[in-house]
Amino acid sequence: MSVLVNKHTRLIVQGMSGSAGAFHARQMVEYGTNVVAGVTPGRGGQKVAGLEQVPMFDTVDEAVAATGANATVIYVPPPFAADAILEAAAAGLKLIITITEGIPARDMIRVKTVLQLDYPDVITVGPNCPGVITPGECKVGIMPGYIHKPGTIGVVSRSGTLTYEVVHQLSALGLGQSTAIGIGGDPVKGLDHIDCLKLFAEDPGTTAIFMIGEIGGDSEERAARFIKENVRKPVAAFIAGQTAPPGKRMGHAGAIISGGKGAASDKIAALKDANISVAATPAEMGTTLAKLLK
Amino acid sequence: MKIHEYQGKELFRKYGVPVPFGIAAMSVEEAIAAIPKVQETSGSPVVVVKAQIHAGGRGKGGGVKVAKTAADAEAAIHKIFGMQLVTPQTGPEGKKVQRLYIEQGLPIAHEYYLGMLLDRATGRVTVMASTEGGMDIEEVAHNTPEKIIREAINPAVGWQPYQSQRLAKKLGMTGPAAKALAKFMVALTRAYDETDCSLLEINPLVTTTDGRVLALDAKVNFDDNALYRHPELADWHDPSEEDPQELEAKKWDLSYIALEGDIGCMVNGAGLAMSTMDIIKYYGGQPANFLDVGGGATAEKVTAAFKIITSDPAVKGIFVNIFGGIMKCDTIAEGVITAVKQVGLKVPLVVRLEGTNVELGKKMLAESGLDIVAAADMADGAKKAVAAVAAQKGGAK
Repeated sequence: MSVLVNKHTRLIVQGMSGSAGAFHARQMVEYGTNVVAGVTPGRGGQKVAGLEQVPMFDTVDEAVAATGANATVIYVPPPFAADAILEAAAAGLKLIITITEGIPARDMIRVKTVLQLDYPDVITVGPNCPGVITPGECKVGIMPGYIHKPGTIGVVSRSGTLTYEVVHQLSALGLGQSTAIGIGGDPVKGLDHIDCLKLFAEDPGTTAIFMIGEIGGDSEERAARFIKENVRKPVAAFIAGQTAPPGKRMGHAGAIISGGKGAASDKIAALKDANISVAATPAEMGTTLAKLLK
Repeated sequence: MKIHEYQGKELFRKYGVPVPFGIAAMSVEEAIAAIPKVQETSGSPVVVVKAQIHAGGRGKGGGVKVAKTAADAEAAIHKIFGMQLVTPQTGPEGKKVQRLYIEQGLPIAHEYYLGMLLDRATGRVTVMASTEGGMDIEEVAHNTPEKIIREAINPAVGWQPYQSQRLAKKLGMTGPAAKALAKFMVALTRAYDETDCSLLEINPLVTTTDGRVLALDAKVNFDDNALYRHPELADWHDPSEEDPQELEAKKWDLSYIALEGDIGCMVNGAGLAMSTMDIIKYYGGQPANFLDVGGGATAEKVTAAFKIITSDPAVKGIFVNIFGGIMKCDTIAEGVITAVKQVGLKVPLVVRLEGTNVELGKKMLAESGLDIVAAADMADGAKKAVAAVAAQKGGAK
């Protein structure tokens, strides 16, 4: 079992004619993901190199009607990405995964409000995230497929490459993953740590969870409280940015310490208080979870 | 993007947010010439001389001076212009003052704090205010969070009149001040929204003895992701306020932050980059920088990144830690090899590669003939980098 995506996922790629969209669409097809359509306005009916078997449409609406798609992944450039998300929601898709990095915060604030008001049952992941993968069944996003292994560990992370790091470590230890979710580091986003923890807690195919957080915000603190009260499966965690100097914004992950909130020490204390094993270094993420399962 | 106080106030004026009268000066002469103009306009001899640097806490460092006479103002101008201003936010080396703002003095009745920023927890832009203006607001937020008033803005309808009334009530403003605040807030929230701000901070916001409400300070940051739709803001960018290496990095769209240590880091992904700093410190080393080359980097970009790292004289060793997703390991290898051929390699270089095209990347590095220490994983790489730098330091003694 798994969460969000599986072998029944019928995926649209929005922005498939762009270079990133085309490259990753090919990678997803190669992994075995059922990519049923591509969408780029003005490119309907055309072919994308290496993806000749995937029909292109001008609108998401047409793509859904023609292919019965049930999910979409967005590689559209930042100025048009918010519109692409709303177009997908309006076309009736219930799972929207946005990879695009660099969408203005104001656009995402509006998108989130519209989704809450008009499409409360739509699940969005990202933006600025690596995507979601259920190993052996369906890869949606930009993660390197080969490091993953089917199994029962749920992974949720705010950071892209750090997700690869933990997955790689888990696979090397023989611990496969049920689903790995990169929620992205933007300030306004879809699924948060808690939402993913809920999914994993309810998924019979997930037996343990690894959570990666970062400095800034209080998502990890809230997740820790949630785990303490609701999650009966073993959870291990890592917090990136323990040595980051205060007040400096570390890249586009949106990690920033401000107002005395969001320091790594606060987060680690909250996690430990909830009986969660916290890896001391990023090299020990896999072994920290493995110890819990002995 | 950060801008100066005087630029922030120009923006406020444009949107109808009340600010005191003032004149920006790029030299001592311009500043002195501004004194009588400010006095004339305000009808009072009192002027305020304010250092214009991007860091906060200027008052504490001696960068703000209230002058009761023209002679006092002139003395303050001579003292502040060109000084190396040290504030809690500049670091110990401080920042050189190259711009001044000469502003009218005001009969202040009370000082407040007002801030606007995106609250990650709710996904809404939130106004924060406090009666504890002028003070260290971080301390207030941390020690007495109940003293911070919060009003979230629903983007579907924007700032509402009831929110102004509620804010005035909680801040203890009545009569003309409460009315003035309502107008002030409509203008301010519009400015934030229309120019894609990421932060607005007014510390202090003041009421005057004659019932006006004004922004005495203006800290304005814009969302870098939205700058493409505000070409008019580009003129306000002041490169002299930025670290030269960080500026060079920005040209290449790299995320680079200079730090105090001696191990240069090149990593892909912000989370992995922060963790790389963490693990270097864990094994007893000190990172010289945060550098995220990003996902879609080209070999040229990697070369530029490598040059930025090696241009820092404090760097005694380099740790390249890559987990390729979009980023391909052969691209990294190509960029590193090109950079070393161009600028040479005077310090130990430890490389850990994993992910997309890893075998090809490793092969290219091995065949390059460069003196590269290969690392099996992240911990191995960090240990080797720390050891190499320690050995170098030992050898130099």
